[in-house]
Amino acid sequence: MIEHLPALMVALPLFGAFIAPLFKKHYKGVSIWAIFITGISVVLSLLLMKEVVTNGIIMYVFGADKPTLVLPSGYAVPIRIMFEVDAMGAFMAISATLMSFVGAIYSYSHVKKDTGLEKYYALLMLLEAGILGMVLTGDLFNLFVFLEIAGIAGSALVGFRNYRGEASEAGIKYLMVSSVASLMVLFAVGIFYGQYGNLNLAYIAKNVSFNMVDMIALGLLFASFAMKCGAVPMHYWVPDAYTEVPAGINPPLLVATYASLYALFRVSFTLFANVVIDLARVGWIMSILGVLTMFIGVTMALIQKDVKRLMSYHAISQTGYMLLGVGVGLTVLHDPSKLAEFGRDAMAGGVFHIINHIIYKSLLLMTAGALFYVTGTRNLNEMGGLARKMPITTISFMVGAAAISGLPPFNGFASKFLIYETSYRLNPLLTVFAMVTSVLTLASFVKVFASAFLGPPLEKFENKREVPKPMIVAMLILAALCILFGLFPNVVLDKLVYPAVDALINFAQYHSWGGLA
Amino acid sequence: MSFTLTTPSGFWNPLFWVIFLALFGLIAYLIYSRGNPSYKKESDQVRPYLSGNIEPAKEKVQVKAGDIYWGFIEALKGYYKILEAIHTGDIRDYILWYLGVGAIVTFILIGGV
Repeated sequence: MIEHLPALMVALPLFGAFIAPLFKKHYKGVSIWAIFITGISVVLSLLLMKEVVTNGIIMYVFGADKPTLVLPSGYAVPIRIMFEVDAMGAFMAISATLMSFVGAIYSYSHVKKDTGLEKYYALLMLLEAGILGMVLTGDLFNLFVFLEIAGIAGSALVGFRNYRGEASEAGIKYLMVSSVASLMVLFAVGIFYGQYGNLNLAYIAKNVSFNMVDMIALGLLFASFAMKCGAVPMHYWVPDAYTEVPAGINPPLLVATYASLYALFRVSFTLFANVVIDLARVGWIMSILGVLTMFIGVTMALIQKDVKRLMSYHAISQTGYMLLGVGVGLTVLHDPSKLAEFGRDAMAGGVFHIINHIIYKSLLLMTAGALFYVTGTRNLNEMGGLARKMPITTISFMVGAAAISGLPPFNGFASKFLIYETSYRLNPLLTVFAMVTSVLTLASFVKVFASAFLGPPLEKFENKREVPKPMIVAMLILAALCILFGLFPNVVLDKLVYPAVDALINFAQYHSWGGLA
Repeated sequence: MSFTLTTPSGFWNPLFWVIFLALFGLIAYLIYSRGNPSYKKESDQVRPYLSGNIEPAKEKVQVKAGDIYWGFIEALKGYYKILEAIHTGDIRDYILWYLGVGAIVTFILIGGV
């Protein structure tokens, strides 16, 4: 079974998604089915990571036993669909499966009053399948197909509560943005296919000549994935979508966003790694986009009154840290001394921040969902004194807020610490912006804490109680992860993050299909 | 299992932080435990004295989220004016920004700058 893990990773949630409609009007049944399928996916992704760390890159060729198979006509280039799983892909797969699982647990109670839950869970598993396909594939066209699956499933989920006009509007906006980005990705894929007659990432990476047309394709891919991951100034869709999507879908939707960030890294490191001069330029573009993203995101968050919208702007802001960390690494990728000195650690900070952010932002968005569940409003001006009524949500919020603000000893601190130290070596100004952003983040969450949880108990919330158990369990799992990742950052870095970073840096391994070519 | 994270310029050990937190927690508790023991939670002691006026409803005296950081936002009014102006919520603007950034990035990459 182990050798079929990459295919199983996608097949399982797809199977789950197609079975889900059979549970029509049995909301408990379909909820448990989704928890079961996503739970098994978590186990499979952990096995996949173990396999990759132990045996190196996994090549899975659909319809053949190896990628180098030559056709009877003598045609030697890869023509089959391949999944090429390195540690970076496996790292993203763990994030995707874990967050889908937590999202499914949370949704058990959070959406039980809604109708059409068989569609909801089918879409959740379809979204998971799309993300997993994106991060495991070694084929550009496949990447586009899975990007589309994730985009369509995501937009349907954003508009799931279609009795709210805002949700429908947000869903359509997300669909439009996803479609335009996907179309441009397809255009770039077409450019590569037209020039090199192939769609395999490793094959194109080995043969790419970096002519003007290739660079146009890189520009299209870069801008499209940057928009899909919410980089400023293409971030406008993020607050719309994250605010309106049911809180149980926020975790997998976050991972879907970072699957695009993964694609951006894959394109920059794997596809264009051999271009020497322009790579530093790409790195600087990424770093500057990162600084802009973090600063504009946090300042916009500071003025929000809608708790989910505020947190959505923070999601944009935190993406900036990831772009900055990996951008610093990319800038010095072809300078071995600087790469060893701080580039690798900068990338580790950026990649570590991906999983940290996925955990604490999912937690925070879930606490926002819990506030909405109890009070029926997302307006912070109408909340107050809820700490007494919702003690576990309050503690979960405090953990998440401390983690996102980079307070030690929570997980956000460890990754930000690496980013501060290493970006300083490239340019101290980058660090100044990163640190100011952290201060503003803390200020923003102090505002949420003070206005929603603190203050005198309000009469209108007299009879309100804590959220149901499944929602509490989901929040506590993530809160525990925030603490554990913060207390043992070196374990996470050694087992998950550095293998992922090394997979990006050692692009030659990927280009040779793990040594098979 | 080691707690120490080694970074390019130093190290970070969360265990020390936890020990310090516990220590400061203990100090805080000692200060708290020396407080006035005659304080009663459910009595008039907790009611604010407003020069004899009746205490208004909690909703009316609560500091709203929109008022927090008013000074900061007021000081950066010019910056926020621009920021809010570009956040139109119009999908056509979203796409225009994307096209603009895409064009600039591609221009830089093909050697225009």
